[in-house]
Amino acid sequence: MIPSRDRTNFLNRQSFLELDARGRAASLFDEGTSRELVGPFDRVESPWLAIQDVTPQEDDGCVVMKGKIAGKASVVVALEGAFQGGSMGEVSGEKMTAALDLACADSEKGVPTSAVILLETGGVRLQEANLGLASVAEIMASILTLRKHAPVICVSAGTVGCFGGMAFAAGLSSYIVLTREARLGLNGPEVIEQESGIDEWDSGDRALVFAINGGEQRYAMGLADALVEDDTPQIVNAVRRFIAKGLPPIHRSSQVELYRRRIGALDTSRQWDPSELRRAWGTNGSKEDNR
Amino acid sequence: MNIFTGVRGTAWFRVLTGQAAAMPGDPHSVLTADAPLGTDHARFLCVVPDPHARFPCARQGQVGLEEAYTLASRVREVIELDKNTATKRPIIAIVDVKSQAYGRREETAAIFLAGAAAADAYGSARLAGHPVIALVVGHAISGGFLTHGYQANRILAFDDDGVMIHAMHREAAARITRRSVEELDKLGKTIAPLSYDIKDYAKLGLLYKLLHVENPETPSANEILTVKNEVIAAIADARSKPVDLRSRRESPGALQTRKGTILVRAKLEEQWRQA
Repeated sequence: MIPSRDRTNFLNRQSFLELDARGRAASLFDEGTSRELVGPFDRVESPWLAIQDVTPQEDDGCVVMKGKIAGKASVVVALEGAFQGGSMGEVSGEKMTAALDLACADSEKGVPTSAVILLETGGVRLQEANLGLASVAEIMASILTLRKHAPVICVSAGTVGCFGGMAFAAGLSSYIVLTREARLGLNGPEVIEQESGIDEWDSGDRALVFAINGGEQRYAMGLADALVEDDTPQIVNAVRRFIAKGLPPIHRSSQVELYRRRIGALDTSRQWDPSELRRAWGTNGSKEDNR
Repeated sequence: MNIFTGVRGTAWFRVLTGQAAAMPGDPHSVLTADAPLGTDHARFLCVVPDPHARFPCARQGQVGLEEAYTLASRVREVIELDKNTATKRPIIAIVDVKSQAYGRREETAAIFLAGAAAADAYGSARLAGHPVIALVVGHAISGGFLTHGYQANRILAFDDDGVMIHAMHREAAARITRRSVEELDKLGKTIAPLSYDIKDYAKLGLLYKLLHVENPETPSANEILTVKNEVIAAIADARSKPVDLRSRRESPGALQTRKGTILVRAKLEEQWRQA
C-alpha cells in the first residue's frame, strides 16, 4: 500500500529537506551520541578544484558522523547537494569509502556497525572525472563488503535526487528510504535528451521525471523499502526501523533472475505508462494509487 | 560516437576463447564463453553491439537492462558452480563499452538496479575469491564500466589511442563543464584525472598494467600470447593479495596522484578510533 499523502499534519512537520547535509546527518542519531569525523575544521578539501578556478569547500560536500542509532553503532555519510550538486570527487568519495570500510572493520571485530548514506547527488564530479568515477566504483565495492555484516541504508529525500553512478550505490543498499520529493535514476533527463533526442525524453517535462524517477513511483514498483513524508521524525523512524531489522534475507540487487524475467516480459516496441510497471512489478501498489 | 565500439571487444573475445557467441537464451549483445587460460578454466564476458537488440537505446554497445542482468546472471552462475571448490575460477571481463544505455524505457524499468545487479555479481565473485580481471581493449565509459569491469581485482588496458577510460565522453563533458573540447584536452595535459589519454589514466594508480599491442583489431599470434600471459600473471597476483580494492590506492601511481584519498583515509581512521 502506498501511504496516502498526509496533509493534515503539514504545518507541524519538521522539514528534512530544509536541513543541510550536516543537519540531516545529525538528526538521525540518538541524542548526544554523534560526532563528526574529518569535519570542516580539518580542512580536507578537494585538491583538484582550485586549479580549475572552482572554489573548494572545507568538507568537500560530504559529512561523516559516527554514533548510535536505536542504540546501535552507526555511521552516517551525507552528501551536500548544495555544493557542486552533491557530486563525487576524490575527497568526498574517499570519505564515504573509508567510513564504510571502518564500519566493516568494526563489524568484523564484533561491533556490528550499520551505515546510512544520504544521497543527494548528480553522480561523478566532472572536474575530477576519472577519480570521481573510481571513487564511485570503490564506494560500490565497500557497500558490498559491509552489507555482509550490517545493513547499508540509503536515504534520498530530495531535492537534488540521486543520479549517475551513485544510483548504483543506492541499488546496492540493503534498504532505500525515499520521499515524494526524491528522484532516483541512472541518467538524468537532460543527459537522456542530449544523448538520445527530445523524442526519447523531453527534459522540460517535469511531470514525466517524477512519474518515472519519483520516490512514489519507485516505492510503488517495489524498488524502495519506505516512502515517507518530508518530516524528520518519519525519516528517523524509518532509519531506526531498518537498523533494528538488520540484514534483509536477500538484497534486491542479488535477485537477478526475478528482474531478468521481468525485463524479458516487457514489450519494448513502445514506451510504457509508468503505472503499467507499478501493476506488473509492484508489491507496494494499490488500485487507488493509479492516478 | 565511436563506430568501432565492439570491434575490438569481439576480436579479443574471439582470440582468447576461440569463439564469439552468446550463450543459449542470452541476448546477442553479451558474449560468454569458458576457455582454458594457463592452468585455469576461465569464464570470459564481453558486451558487444547488437543492431537488433530489443531495446532501441542499447544497440550500439551500451550496457542496457538486458546486458546488465545477463552479465549478473552469467557471473553468478560460476560463483554457484565453484561454491564448494577451494580454487575459484577466474572471471575475465573484456571491456569495450560505449556507455550505459540512455533511454526512457531504461529509466522506467530501473536501469540503476540492473547496473547494481551486475556490479553486485562481479563484486561478490571477487569477495568469494574469484580473480576478476578487467581487460580494457577499447572504450570503458562511465556507467558502462561501473557495470562491467570496474569491480575487478585487477585492471589491464591497452595503451593506444583507441582505448579510453572516462567518466563521460569528451563532447558531453565539455558541454556540462562549459568548456570547449580543446580547453578540456589542454586541461587534461596537466590534470591527470581529466585526461582522455590512457597513459594519463595510468598515472592515477588504478591500473595493474598497461599493455601494448601494435594492431589491436588484428593482433599477431605473439601478441595474443603476451596478453594471455599478462592476464595469467594478473590472476596470480590477485590470488596472492586481499580481495578488496586497496591495491588501487596503495599502488606507486596512487601514492603520487591520490594524495587526497590517502590523507582522508588516514585522518578518518585516526578520528574513528577516538570517536
